[in-house]
Amino acid sequence: MRQEADSAVLPVAATRPRASRRLLTSDQAIAIALVAPSIVAIAVFVYGFIGRTAYISLVRWNDIAPDYTFVGLTNYIRLMDVERFQIDLKNTLVFTVTFIILCLAVGLLLAMLLDQRIRFEAVFRTIFIFPLAISFIVTGVAWRWLETPSSGINLLFDAVGLDFLMNGWFTDPNIGILGVVLAAFWQMSGYVMALYLAGLRGISEDVREAARVDGATEWQSFWHVIFPLLHPITLTAVIILGHISLKIFDLTVSMTGPGPGFATDVPSLFMYQTTFFGSRFSQGAAIAMVLLLLVSILIVPYLIYNARNEVQR
Amino acid sequence: MSAHPGGSSTDLLRERRIERRVFLKTLLGATGLAAGSSLLAACGSQQATPAAPAKTESKPAETKPAAPAATTAPAAAAKPAEGKPAASGKPGGRLEMFSWWTTGGEEAGLKAMYAIFEKSHPGVEIVNQAVAGAAGSNAKAVLKTRMQGGDPPDSFQVHMGRELTDGYVAANQVEPLNDLYKSEKYEEAFPKGVLEIVQANGNYWSVPVNIHRANVLWFNKKVLADNQINPPETFDDFFSAAEKLKAKGITPLALGDKEPFASAHLFETVLLGVLGPDAYKGLWTGATKWEDAKVTTALENMKKMLGYINADHAALTWDQANDQLIQGKAAMTIMGDWVNGDYTQKKFNDYGWTLSPGTKGMFDALSDTFALPKNAKNRDNAIDWLKLAGSVEGQDAFNPLKGSIPANINAGKAAGYNDYLKSTMKDWTSHTIVPSVVHGAAAKDGWAQSYTDAINSFVTKQDVASTQKALAAACTDAGVCK
Repeated sequence: MRQEADSAVLPVAATRPRASRRLLTSDQAIAIALVAPSIVAIAVFVYGFIGRTAYISLVRWNDIAPDYTFVGLTNYIRLMDVERFQIDLKNTLVFTVTFIILCLAVGLLLAMLLDQRIRFEAVFRTIFIFPLAISFIVTGVAWRWLETPSSGINLLFDAVGLDFLMNGWFTDPNIGILGVVLAAFWQMSGYVMALYLAGLRGISEDVREAARVDGATEWQSFWHVIFPLLHPITLTAVIILGHISLKIFDLTVSMTGPGPGFATDVPSLFMYQTTFFGSRFSQGAAIAMVLLLLVSILIVPYLIYNARNEVQR
Repeated sequence: MSAHPGGSSTDLLRERRIERRVFLKTLLGATGLAAGSSLLAACGSQQATPAAPAKTESKPAETKPAAPAATTAPAAAAKPAEGKPAASGKPGGRLEMFSWWTTGGEEAGLKAMYAIFEKSHPGVEIVNQAVAGAAGSNAKAVLKTRMQGGDPPDSFQVHMGRELTDGYVAANQVEPLNDLYKSEKYEEAFPKGVLEIVQANGNYWSVPVNIHRANVLWFNKKVLADNQINPPETFDDFFSAAEKLKAKGITPLALGDKEPFASAHLFETVLLGVLGPDAYKGLWTGATKWEDAKVTTALENMKKMLGYINADHAALTWDQANDQLIQGKAAMTIMGDWVNGDYTQKKFNDYGWTLSPGTKGMFDALSDTFALPKNAKNRDNAIDWLKLAGSVEGQDAFNPLKGSIPANINAGKAAGYNDYLKSTMKDWTSHTIVPSVVHGAAAKDGWAQSYTDAINSFVTKQDVASTQKALAAACTDAGVCK
């Protein structure tokens, strides 16, 4: 570790005499000049707009005409009282948890199966990862047909005698959101498989060999050796899936809409409708801020973890 | 890369490093050139360009996007000052028309009006800005951002009533049309009920081109006849008919509320049927309390009706639900009279209509109107368009295709109106006109949205007390109820 650190310092030390003569080397200047536009663009179009949204969420702009009267956290307090938003938060929780677990489990399983050096691996790999190439809008439309109770999968179940599996899918107020999870999971599990497969391929055969030599069963060697080595992959997958599920919008819009009794409603859909149909700009901004908070709860620990790792390196 | 045979790898690295530097400089130079910087030559020729020029060069590049904006700014600033724009001097220019008419009869009707406009205004380019989406949901979102951003179309489609008056009028984004109403004698051409709805603060704000009716009960003639049922007029009639049909295994009432407006629409007609026109109108002005016992009755009636709907209502849109009626699987449906156009399109003739339960003599109206935004780029063309939209000629070209009746009482004598439309035109002049909430006439956007949300919950939970509370809260939230 120390040696590594030393070698990392070395090149910097070598350039130091030059750097001391001038404020910046020309390379650094060019680097800054090249990065500056994107820094400015991000400052304005990302952080500037986040700031503006935060500001709007604190004023009373709930009609078409802008009203910049400062009202503090009123919009947030009232938002928490809105029944639709309570349902949305619950839906988001259910969606995120089931979606991540399903994707991870099936993704890992597929990756392990593909890792067995089977024939036509490339074909299977392509098939599993293919849904990722489709936009959520298309997935939504296709799965809406599949899950329409009077047609689609129900007819299939009926035909093969699995009547007990027939259900209302996304139109059932109790399980509606799970119908959407199914579509999202279909699309994203192949992606998780690809991540895990890359991870598995990166694990040296020596490690498995060593485990076997030590007398570990296949299961033990997977659970105690391979799986821990895949932790960074799992973390990446959770972050990617997590932020997709928190922000999911296109899939619900094209597949279900808010659903019966808001069974398939999500905060982003509510945000869109209350802002642009209901003209409640401040309420929409408040929802956006809550969403941002939720995503940052997920992302910030990851960033800290990453930063710490980088320092160690 | 690793395949380079021989040669010291450090040499190679150094070479590549230089290449990179040259590349970077060229790139930077190009950016500088694009920004019109004169420092380009210095950068290209000198070896060790100091940091400072490089930095300043990046700045022009950064302000580049702002440059075109700056050139358009004077034009934008000049717009309000134009008042009577240059277009009035010379014929031609453009007419940018914003609507959500993108399919079927709606689009055909719009195109028919365009054709008339083009004939009388040769050389005017019509820019058809139509955004698809049920009941204008997506179009309204686009329009709102354009109006907020100071880039209005020349004229736009908007529902008659509060959607406009509590929205764009309150936001001071549209022009009053009093002069137009005077010059075109619209006060005599439109019924009193409509004039009431299109005006606010003593001004007229839009020109209605058509009228739709929301409180219509449609039925499959054969199914009702086979079961010896007369079209129901009251809630009691409806429920006894529904009970009979249910026993036969026929869905009494088809509903498709995948888009929740459909169930909100149904409840609107129930409210009207229970409360009557005056108390119903009072709900939207604060004169009738939402806590009223009659609202409770309406919710209970609605709940009872929900016992007679198709099981897959949440999976269907209103027109898919209507297919069940066409196929004879369902007997009745309550929906606005665009259903009439749906039947025409699907070539189904065995349908009948009556008014929704309890709404005899009442006309739950909604209307598509056109308004004039402030700072319209082609104001004169827009005003001519509004004149056409309100005229007998324009309305008779549009409405038979759209499947609606003309708002102008002098129109409607042209060919092409079917039996339903003819009978509705008669009702139009004699029935009591009340505004529809779901379709923008009775309440502003935010309120209509909360109302729809409350009913969407109600369809699932069927909790009368909590829904009534939510409806009352929506009224308070809108600033109408105390």
